Amino acid sequence: MKKIYTFILVACGFIVVNAQDDMLSLLGEEKTIDYATASFKTTRIINTLSIENNSKGVLDFKINHRFGPLNGGFYDLFGIDQAFIRFGFEYGLTDRLNIGVGRNSYEKVYDGFLKYKILRQSTGARNMPISLSYAATMDYKTAKTSDIAYLSRDWLRAYYTHQLLIARKFGEGTTVQLMPTLVHRNYVKTKAEKNDVYLIGIGARQKLSKRIAVNVEYFYNLPNQLSSAYVNSLSIGFDIETGGHVFQLFFTNSSGTDTRNVLTETTGKWSNGDIRFGFNVSRVFTVYKPKNLDN
Amino acid sequence: MKKLMFLVGAIGLVFNLSAQKIFTKKGIVKFTASSSAEPIAGKTNTASSVIDKTSGNLEFAILVKSIKFDKALMEEHFNENYMESNKFPKATFKGKIANLADINWSKDGKYTAKISGDLTIHGVTKPITSNADLVVKNGKVDANTKFNIEVADYNIEIPSLVKDKIAKTAKIEVIASYENLK
Repeated sequence: MKKIYTFILVACGFIVVNAQDDMLSLLGEEKTIDYATASFKTTRIINTLSIENNSKGVLDFKINHRFGPLNGGFYDLFGIDQAFIRFGFEYGLTDRLNIGVGRNSYEKVYDGFLKYKILRQSTGARNMPISLSYAATMDYKTAKTSDIAYLSRDWLRAYYTHQLLIARKFGEGTTVQLMPTLVHRNYVKTKAEKNDVYLIGIGARQKLSKRIAVNVEYFYNLPNQLSSAYVNSLSIGFDIETGGHVFQLFFTNSSGTDTRNVLTETTGKWSNGDIRFGFNVSRVFTVYKPKNLDN
Repeated sequence: MKKLMFLVGAIGLVFNLSAQKIFTKKGIVKFTASSSAEPIAGKTNTASSVIDKTSGNLEFAILVKSIKFDKALMEEHFNENYMESNKFPKATFKGKIANLADINWSKDGKYTAKISGDLTIHGVTKPITSNADLVVKNGKVDANTKFNIEVADYNIEIPSLVKDKIAKTAKIEVIASYENLK
């Protein structure tokens, strides 16, 4: 009898102690979906689109600056004398669907894109190892040239780029993004150059501190598609975030700022010092507030 | 005798299990750290809390990522740069109602509870005290409290570049409706 009494007493005591220790465990843990966020600081890695989207109702004003080649030497103040600019707007129609337009001073190119996030990397209630987006970009060249064939039809000046962005954030600071890419060019000068150009892109970012990250971006052109004058694009830079602004400072061997130029018409060689300093400035504005914070 | 003891024990067990606890999973926590430069405000409505009416023990927890902001980028920076919510996913409070004797849980009315305990934010635990208004009605309890915390106390760094844009003292408001825990 004593044994039973003691047992019950201990059991009661145990339950009381247990309950007081962590009462919240009585409610049970609800599993939530934990999405990977902030894989990159902004919607561009350097020249190319990153997996990041502007949230619904957010407008991103972007200014991309590109100077002349560093190997211009002191005479050109290492490229500072020459400058190309792209300015553009990007907008989040939904959290998954982003659109954007821009104007590039180099070869007077207008561009537009849409980007749709198909998969979102997550843990918790739903496990998804990667984020996946599809991006379609159109570039339209308006620079005057002496090429009669080129000028004969408007549609010959259009370029279309299709990309899959496959990204994974590893831990807090490291993100890798793979980009199988197809560029369709309506017009090429010689038969040796292909209208459809396939590339594999890889981008990566490593955070150095909470507000500074280093980014790398490289596009490999599959062989025998481009004229021999063109090389693969490689860019290395830093992201610096200051509240609503993100500054990207980088070096790249691409002279233009639009997608088709970076992917298929990059001429600079890193080995010759034919690289350019550039910077992107991103400023976001919350145009529309979708979340209701009132009671 | 044997049976009597068993009965006493069993009653005790049942009593402890039901344990006079009240809970919520839909507590509202609002926080503001606005400056003259811009409004900074976030809110969650999925805070969970349990109060033991007999001991006066109180626990409160929120998932930091459940705090929503007007501006998506502000929310991202809140989690990424300030709260480091991947490292410290929860903010918790564990404490006691110090003046438990003043509160009659079975009588409808308005009471002031003096609450003291440990608040853990960003992995740092600090003691806090606050007065909460309790409204008891038909066995349900509505609670409301406001208190301030110093951001620097919790090792949350505000870089000099934005130090004028974020208040050094954050105001926190808690609104919760408790029900009996069965």
